[in-house]
Amino acid sequence: MERILTRWLDIPDIRRLEVYEANGGYQALRKALFDMKPEEIINEVKNSNLRGRGGAAFPTGTKWSFIPRDSKKPVYVCCNADESEPGTFANRYQLELDPHQVIEGVLIACRAVNSHVAYIYFRGEFTVQKKIVETAIAEARAKGYLGKNVMGSGFDVEIYTHRGAGAYICGEETGLLESLEGKRGYPRNRPPFPAIQGAFGSPTVVNNVETLSNVPWIIKKGADWYRSIGPEKSPGPKLFCLSGHINKPGLYELPMGFPLKDLIHEVGGGITGGRKLKAVIPGGASFPPFTAAEAEKVMMDFDSVRAAGSLMGTAGVMVMHDDTCMVDVLRTVAHFFHHESCGQCTPCREGCGWIEKLMVDMEAGRGKQQDLDLMLNIASNMEGNTICVLADSLSMPTRGFITKFRSEFEDHVRLGRCPFRDRDGRLAPPAHSAYEEEHA
Amino acid sequence: MPKLTIDGKEIEVADGLNLIQAADHAGIEIPHYCYHPGLSIPGNCRMCLVDVEKAPKLQIACNTRAADGMVVHTTSDRTKTAQKAVLEFLLINHPIDCPVCDQAGECKLQDYYMDYDQQPSRFQLGKKNKKGKAIDVGSDVMLDQERCILCARCTRFFDEITHTSELAIFGRGDHNEIDHYPGKPINNRYAGNVIDICPVGALTEKDFRFRMRVWYLHRTPSVCAGCERGCAIDIHHQRGRIYRYKPRHNPEVNSYWMCDEGRHSFTALQTETRLTTPLRQSDDRMVVEGWPEALRRAATRIMEIGGQSGANAIGAVVGAQATNEEAFALKQLLATTIGSDRIAGLDWSAPGSSGDDDLLIRANKNPNARGLQALGIPLAALDSLTHAIAAGELKMLITVRADLVRVLGEEEFLKRFGPLDYLLVLDTEANLTGQMANQIWPIAAYPEIDGSFTNFKGRVQRIQSAFPPPGQALPAVEAIARLGRALDGAERRYTAEAVFAEMAREEPAFRGMTFDLGQHGRDLSE
Repeated sequence: MERILTRWLDIPDIRRLEVYEANGGYQALRKALFDMKPEEIINEVKNSNLRGRGGAAFPTGTKWSFIPRDSKKPVYVCCNADESEPGTFANRYQLELDPHQVIEGVLIACRAVNSHVAYIYFRGEFTVQKKIVETAIAEARAKGYLGKNVMGSGFDVEIYTHRGAGAYICGEETGLLESLEGKRGYPRNRPPFPAIQGAFGSPTVVNNVETLSNVPWIIKKGADWYRSIGPEKSPGPKLFCLSGHINKPGLYELPMGFPLKDLIHEVGGGITGGRKLKAVIPGGASFPPFTAAEAEKVMMDFDSVRAAGSLMGTAGVMVMHDDTCMVDVLRTVAHFFHHESCGQCTPCREGCGWIEKLMVDMEAGRGKQQDLDLMLNIASNMEGNTICVLADSLSMPTRGFITKFRSEFEDHVRLGRCPFRDRDGRLAPPAHSAYEEEHA
Repeated sequence: MPKLTIDGKEIEVADGLNLIQAADHAGIEIPHYCYHPGLSIPGNCRMCLVDVEKAPKLQIACNTRAADGMVVHTTSDRTKTAQKAVLEFLLINHPIDCPVCDQAGECKLQDYYMDYDQQPSRFQLGKKNKKGKAIDVGSDVMLDQERCILCARCTRFFDEITHTSELAIFGRGDHNEIDHYPGKPINNRYAGNVIDICPVGALTEKDFRFRMRVWYLHRTPSVCAGCERGCAIDIHHQRGRIYRYKPRHNPEVNSYWMCDEGRHSFTALQTETRLTTPLRQSDDRMVVEGWPEALRRAATRIMEIGGQSGANAIGAVVGAQATNEEAFALKQLLATTIGSDRIAGLDWSAPGSSGDDDLLIRANKNPNARGLQALGIPLAALDSLTHAIAAGELKMLITVRADLVRVLGEEEFLKRFGPLDYLLVLDTEANLTGQMANQIWPIAAYPEIDGSFTNFKGRVQRIQSAFPPPGQALPAVEAIARLGRALDGAERRYTAEAVFAEMAREEPAFRGMTFDLGQHGRDLSE
């Protein structure tokens, strides 16, 4: 397959403008400015079936079409570069290694929705990536790809960068907008939706880095070409972040609908230490895991993963071998979401902390049998009852881990300790270790 | 006008109402913490989650507009589960210190627990997050962070109403805390409102803390007499003692708020120096006399002076702090019984008081200046009285709630009013003017009388007697009526209601009004 989003693997220095230009860079922008009307751009993106890569999988062209055509207020485009989902690192590579592809996508989006100001909102920790993108913006401005009268087309557009203070919730569309406005990163109630009242009260489009990176290709090569990659309803190339107990962890570009088992065993080179697969979280830490048996059958696209009982999210695929304590994994996940909950909504604020406290006790062997059903109930009381989905981000894995690996939780209760820890409390000794040989 | 069904009741409500408001119209309570009708909608407490047919998830009633054809269930299993869950979540990190919490009795956490939960908590880890207790955050406000449920009403109040933004939420998740910005404690003239709107015991009033259990307090609707705004209030009192004022919602006057100055104005009424018996001057000191004697003495002087120098030798000054009824009764006494037209209103302004602000505070500190104007009592007529005194035409003056010495200064007062033969003062205290008087009659203070004030925009609002006046003090309308009877022997009805009815007949500005002015009062022009 042709590399689209990960061209840096084939083309060294594509982050530099002249290399990017030499490889067809900014041709799509030229086409969008001179050969297409804004509606035509939106229709092309609609026809491509491009779905948002930030996790929600909402059709991008449809999202753009919600922006009022005759808005009296300025329209904003926000590029969401707040990548914070555990297990996910695709945006980071794109920003570092191919920033012009992102910028070109942003500029085309601006043209499509008639926006003259775009923001790229970086995760607080992305200091290096922000510098790289700012350098690329300066290069592009110097060559007339942004600023006043872009390429002589009469279209003005400016891109500003903004770095958050480092909170997971600022990657949530409306939390991002609040943060961008200089406020505390709290998600907003919808309605009003950002397309009507987003940044600074104006119509706003928020798209993920990976989503926008697809746009120049759709414009350049057409919706039909794009739809020919992967399944009909969620086509296109997809960046998979492979991590965990896998021999070749890393970032892989594959078509949507790629079999998960092939992703693990062929692309990822199999499980570390020759061990057996136990579980996979397909979409980042906020989703239910698949058991090894389930993972055998799943195709990695939005609809197939959903049909199989999880969500593809950002495609942060986390692989766990058979010596992994699932209780400890859930404890870690609970710790993360408890720490990152903004605390705005009661069920999330209090529920995340409650689950983490129960999980700490559970992992330490102090849990009770009834805690399992209690946690399932807390999770269901959290899910769907908050402004944003952060509460769901813990309730979904909680339900997934406890239902699919219940016996492990019960073992913790029964034994009064973690079965995967040694006497000193160390977790999961490495495979084929001296320890294992000694106890073989 | 959308028609919708809530719990089987079909109702039609005004456009733009949310489901909490719509349900309220149908007499159905949807519990809520963060929603406050005077503030923006954050939708964060999740207590008002309700089941809306065709919606996949529960919806927050505060941010869901009532729409035509909507079918809402506030008591479905899904709704009940969510309500119980929210209460259980809230109680995880909330201390169960109701026996010592000042909010006990008017705490929404307590109330809703009894109404919607009544389950023991399943949180048995004993690891509540420790947060701050009894923190002085400025003004009259104390903060107990541990009791806070983070509804953010207080931060929104300072962001949206006073625009001073002293409070904010710090931290994350269940470690979130309300606090003031470092070095920037609450410092604005409306701070007390955050105590009113705090649904739990997190924000309490320094002055009120630990002084009275709220269930012992009686509430009497009234009007703040602190300035010409006339904010609607409830007087919270017990056994003739006021413990606090709370703003009462009046969309025409003060919305949901009141200023701190008005809030604390009752303390000035609760001095140890209240007049409790009529006094008269005798050999340069004041001596006690009974009402019959006092009335007889004043009536005799009025008749003597009137007989000698004509009815216009008797005049009156009524403070703009008097009620409409008091001013009208005095005006009527003077005009019809005595036969004089020498009456002036007295507008009182505190020296150094600040001007009007953008919210509620008015520079004019009189609750009824507009009422006096509406009754045709000139507010700037002191000079004409002074001239009449200087010319020897005015010899006796009756004042009601008018501390002339305080307004003019002692020297100026003596210069202008020194030549008077007789001064009869009706007031709550032996103030500076009273000390110069031949007679002082003790009258009831605002919380002790029925009546009405007309605010600066012409809105007439009722005040009500919360408790009787001390000692032998009488409502001023009654004292005036008794004086009238002592003068002409005719029976009069002593109540403010009777005076109001007469005022509504006689005075064009008040024509057609009844004493029942409703919760929000009525405009003069209506």
